[in-house]
Amino acid sequence: MFAYIVRRLLYAIPILIGVNLLTFTLFFVVNSPDDMAVSQLGEKYVTPEAIEAWKRKNGYDKPLFVNAEAQGVGAFTDTIFFTKSLKLFAFDFGRSESGRDITTDVSTRMWPSLAVALPSFVIGIWVNICVALMVVMFRATALDRWAVFVFVALMSISYLFYIIGGQYLVAKSWMLVPISGYDPEFQPWKFLILPVLVSVIAGIGSGARWYRTLFLEEAGQDYVRTARAKGASEISILFKHILPNALIPILTGVVVLIPTLFMGSLLIESFFGIPGLGSYMLDAIRSQDFAIVRTMVFIGSILYIIGLILTDISYTWADPRVRLS
Amino acid sequence: MLALDFKPVLLWSDALVFLLVIALTLFFYRLREDPQTRERWGRVFSSRLGMVTFTVIMVYVVIALLDSLHFRKALPTPEGVVTNEIFYDNKVTSVLDVLLDGMGERFERTYSAPFALKSFEKSNMKDEQGNMYRGYEDLKHAGQHLSDPQAKWANVLELSLRALAWGLLAAALVVGLQWYLLRGSVHPWYASWAVQAVVICLFFWLVYLSHYYHVLGTDQGGADVAYQSIKGVRTGVLLGTLSTLVMLPIAVSLGVMAGYFKGWVDDVVQYLYTTLSSIPGILLIAASVLLFQVYIDLNPDFFAIGMEKADARFIALCFILGLTSWSSLCRLIRAETLKISQLGYVQAAHAFGVSHARILGRHILPNVVHIILITFVLDFSSLVLAEAVLSYIGVGIDPSMGSWGNMINGARSELSREPAVWWTLSGAFFFMFVLVLAANLFSDLVRDAFDPRSAMGRSGT
Repeated sequence: MFAYIVRRLLYAIPILIGVNLLTFTLFFVVNSPDDMAVSQLGEKYVTPEAIEAWKRKNGYDKPLFVNAEAQGVGAFTDTIFFTKSLKLFAFDFGRSESGRDITTDVSTRMWPSLAVALPSFVIGIWVNICVALMVVMFRATALDRWAVFVFVALMSISYLFYIIGGQYLVAKSWMLVPISGYDPEFQPWKFLILPVLVSVIAGIGSGARWYRTLFLEEAGQDYVRTARAKGASEISILFKHILPNALIPILTGVVVLIPTLFMGSLLIESFFGIPGLGSYMLDAIRSQDFAIVRTMVFIGSILYIIGLILTDISYTWADPRVRLS
Repeated sequence: MLALDFKPVLLWSDALVFLLVIALTLFFYRLREDPQTRERWGRVFSSRLGMVTFTVIMVYVVIALLDSLHFRKALPTPEGVVTNEIFYDNKVTSVLDVLLDGMGERFERTYSAPFALKSFEKSNMKDEQGNMYRGYEDLKHAGQHLSDPQAKWANVLELSLRALAWGLLAAALVVGLQWYLLRGSVHPWYASWAVQAVVICLFFWLVYLSHYYHVLGTDQGGADVAYQSIKGVRTGVLLGTLSTLVMLPIAVSLGVMAGYFKGWVDDVVQYLYTTLSSIPGILLIAASVLLFQVYIDLNPDFFAIGMEKADARFIALCFILGLTSWSSLCRLIRAETLKISQLGYVQAAHAFGVSHARILGRHILPNVVHIILITFVLDFSSLVLAEAVLSYIGVGIDPSMGSWGNMINGARSELSREPAVWWTLSGAFFFMFVLVLAANLFSDLVRDAFDPRSAMGRSGT
């Protein structure tokens, strides 16, 4: 088990290097530091001197990969690739284009993101599984067919409409909670109810439909027929036989998402004014702050890889037959 | 000299669309020869739901195609000028604009509610004595024919009935022709005809009434919301199909090769798609679009007219979406190829000394076609939805090109007004919802017909 995890972690290194190379190519080769300087400075103030000054200030006045002028190791370390891209591995994120320290920003903004994403995630899964189990209980009836239709209809509504509709109904018409905002000291739950509610409802369509398919696949298995033949009630079949066996495919889809919860949700956070990583990314995209986007890409990839490893580990826990070697 | 009074304009996206249509027609024509495929499609179309959803999708596709035939109108020669040269309008028009009969040219000053006669916001006006006061301005293109504003709804009813009569007549013609042509068919065509009749009636009603009212109101810039919603169809349909088309060759070739050759080829392909899928998709897309935007901004002379610039950005978006989303399909196809290449007939082909290329083309590719098909239809709806989100983030369609995402983005905060401006959102919502719902339901049917395993699981015990 330990050896397996170590090996998987080692596998992650080439993938992260790949991510790094890809983002580096995107950000520095396609879009050279000169272009970046021009778009950051604005058309009006572009002079060759201003571009050089901007590049020097932000540390872009170096060659991309190999510095021919430097001596020894410096030929590789005194380059943009080393200072801007490889340093991410040491979690040295540097400064954003506007001069703020990215590491502090990320570590403070992580928690509001988590405060929204974690409850949404847990409640969402719970609600979806409950709904799906209820539908499976009525399988092959008209109720089941209509439920599937409703799921598909719910899936076909854009996420934006859930948010806009939720804000309009709950916050504006019924005035139950604040429309947006966040305050960690003063009753944060009040600001969290609506975002969590919206993301749970928005997820029901696709979530419940997926769980239903998983449960039905199990319901067609031989052991279910055996259980029924020996006289088990439908309820106990559902909870004692189908649910535990459907756990493995559920884990595949769910565990991989857990680490990425830290990243927050772009849409929810920007609509509800929550100062998390999601709105951080959105602001960075809108102000074309590539230093932040680069960092977030890197963090996102690490979290995804951790998610993959966690998924494998959770298999051994859910299914004693699975051995990691 | 005979003067041609329009000049066709072929945008890059138009060319791609028509190529796509030709390719798909050929593809389906070839598929018809295979009895198994015919039987499966038969299963899709033997259900009423299949017929209805397919017809709805085709209606959107036809609107998109009509909106892809662009041209520039000739400007009338000014009085007293003698010239042989013809000057063309700078504005690009499409066949759809002609069919909608000037719906897009009836602008107001700003917001107005559906069927309203007066503007939504107060503005400075002068009364007969020339005194300034604030009041609701009359709309320029709504209710001009009414002598008494009280009779508005009676008039709407009367116009609607007249439009519906014409609509029913047209629908009867269209349906009657098909009924005559499809006499012997076993499929439930009546479901499709019902949809066609409803669509034709709605179309006549909308075009006819829009001469007298703004059926769905106007947006902030005073543009007709119904017209904007219809213009969004092309963007949605094209984005959904073109992106998938970019993604398919990459995903299929890499997936099939990885599953067939195994060894280092498999390692490389797996490495590629794991790397790609570990990057948060939305960030990758946003970053790529931003970089392209910077490129356009730095090379403004590259594009002659504004429409071409918007079009270039649109195609770039399609390519970016395609290039960043091939990993999941590639994974599926690799797994399926691994399974197939173990089967007896592939082994037998090896034993007979058939070349790799021939085995791949004759034995493996045809057996993964169903996965490609299901992905194509499934991805279509998610791409239409993604467009709205990307436009909200600011990396979507160019604002000068109509799209549902841009409509939503422009109107999202207007619900907080008092009274709320709900019609722009509703227009975009309705058109988007119908398309995505039809595509989702249709993809379910296609999956049931082509993937027997999933159908078994879905019908239960």
